[in-house]
Amino acid sequence: MTEQATPTPHAVSVRGISKTYKGGFQALKSIDLDIRRGEIFALLGPNGAGKTTLISIICGIVKPSAGTVSADGHDVLRDYRLTRAKIGLVPQELSTDAFETVWAAVRFSRGLFGRARDDRHIEKVLRDLSLWEKKDAKIMTLSGGMKRRVLIAKALAHEPSILFLDEPTAGVDVELRHDMWEMVRRLRATGVTVILTTHYIEEAEEMADRVGVITRGELILVEDKRALMRKLGKKQLSISLKSPIQALPQGLDEYALELADDGATITYTFDAQGEDTGIAVLLRKLGDRGVDFKDLHTLESSLEDIFVSLVRGTR
Amino acid sequence: MNLPAVRAIYRFEMARTFRTLTQSIVSPVLSTSLYFIVFGTAIGSRMGEIGGTSYGAFIIPGLIMLSLLNESISNASFGIYLPKWSGTIYELLSAPVSPLEAVLGYVGAASTKSVMLGLLILLTARFFVPYSILHPFWMVAFLLLTAVTFSSFGFIIGLWADDFQKLQVIPLMVVTPLTFLGGAFYSIGMLPPFWQKVALFNPVVYLISGFRWSFYGQSDVNVVLSAGMTVAFLLVCAVAIAWIFRTGYKLRS
Ligand SMILES: Nc1ncnc2c1ncn2[C@@H]1O[C@H](COP(=O)(O)OP(=O)(O)O)[C@@H](O)[C@H]1O
Ligand SMILES: [Mg+2]
Repeated sequence: MTEQATPTPHAVSVRGISKTYKGGFQALKSIDLDIRRGEIFALLGPNGAGKTTLISIICGIVKPSAGTVSADGHDVLRDYRLTRAKIGLVPQELSTDAFETVWAAVRFSRGLFGRARDDRHIEKVLRDLSLWEKKDAKIMTLSGGMKRRVLIAKALAHEPSILFLDEPTAGVDVELRHDMWEMVRRLRATGVTVILTTHYIEEAEEMADRVGVITRGELILVEDKRALMRKLGKKQLSISLKSPIQALPQGLDEYALELADDGATITYTFDAQGEDTGIAVLLRKLGDRGVDFKDLHTLESSLEDIFVSLVRGTR
Repeated sequence: MNLPAVRAIYRFEMARTFRTLTQSIVSPVLSTSLYFIVFGTAIGSRMGEIGGTSYGAFIIPGLIMLSLLNESISNASFGIYLPKWSGTIYELLSAPVSPLEAVLGYVGAASTKSVMLGLLILLTARFFVPYSILHPFWMVAFLLLTAVTFSSFGFIIGLWADDFQKLQVIPLMVVTPLTFLGGAFYSIGMLPPFWQKVALFNPVVYLISGFRWSFYGQSDVNVVLSAGMTVAFLLVCAVAIAWIFRTGYKLRS
């Protein structure tokens, strides 16, 4: 009960969670993770990394082999009634009822999570997700994207304060993806904590406040997104030459330089964290060797580049 | 107690019933009517009375039990198997719902449906044969108790089954033979002495016997024993369900 004494416990607190499935496969290896209240947290990792397993343990669908999880300071196993009422889950798989109407399915979810009937709230959820026109349609008549929206509506029916989105945009069209990002931002504005898993880096980059990278059951990094990009991001300087050259000039081996195939562009990669980028000296040295440039611009690496290099590093 | 959840599950299951009205109500009533026509009217007219009851009236309690058992099992097993199969079970597993609440919702709905069906068959029987009900209170009590017990049993089958075949094998291979051999169409006393002893190992004998007693005041086995056996089986089912949920058996990996 000590957790409850602290004024604001984390939205989710994962301690030493391991999971070995029945076949003996270890899907999670002692995960520790704190999700802050009200943040958007992206759990990033390749297929099979253990993202769904971790979420499923927090939500009570999979039993942990070791470790504890608390939500809002309450143990998710011992106080499951308290914690589950606060949590909403949009699963990765498109598992929906077939013959139910959208309205009935969403109303069912609200009841299942212990909330009294509230048609106005359900109407609002359906309208926000552009589902209102479909409220009386049987779910099986809906497209995949619409079914995904139904799953989100079901997860929001009981007004959770912590929302899990497991690969929310896998296989959905651009329009729905943007609607979804919009929705996540709206939720965050009302204080809802959002945890999403994805293997689209674009999504984490666009949405998240913090990013956790998981691979092969291990959480290899948790970082503020901006800090991560600043710290691990490489910058590149692209130098467009006045006239093409055959080969890089001699005596510049200390710089990581690359000459484009057409000989008209030199790319210089440098560490964004470095005290001195060396650009001024490099440009002078190039000038000394008779290489003149007409244009310069810098490129920042995306989260995707960082992610790929991180995951490669653990292989 | 998460009452909204119990209500939600119950409503959801009842809606499923009414959506498939033909399959879930009309067809059992139709097939029972056929039994009455064939056994009650056609064959029954050539049979003597059994313990002072006409054959047509004698088989009514047994026929109702036959439907009650089958419908309770298939309803409850299908109700919980379907979400497992379609994957929508994730919602129940992640909801603040205790095992007891889930059972109340699912088993409650399955029992309601089979009791409704039993009463409907009773009404249908009126069109074929005259009958009286000596102990209406006990008749309803046996109806309810059996419906709840076998819906619980069906719920267990639905939790245990991981394909459609397993879902059907127990009703087909175990329950149907036991009901047919349980004295739906004859009195146990009509069997040779050895088979009378064997029949006492068939739990369905107690159900049908007790139920028939509530109609006509005569039974193959003591009515208290009948009620006791049914309650005992209900307790066994309750313990099994509690164990399944506590261990997460076949529900939570
Ligand atoms: N029920 C299960 N039984 C056995 N292995 C499983 C089960 N569920 C997932 N796994 C395995 O655990 C690993 C992690 O799976 P998952 O958590 O779904 O990864 P992700 O969501 O990151 O793609 C995978 O190798 C997967 O095959
Ligand atoms: Mg996954």
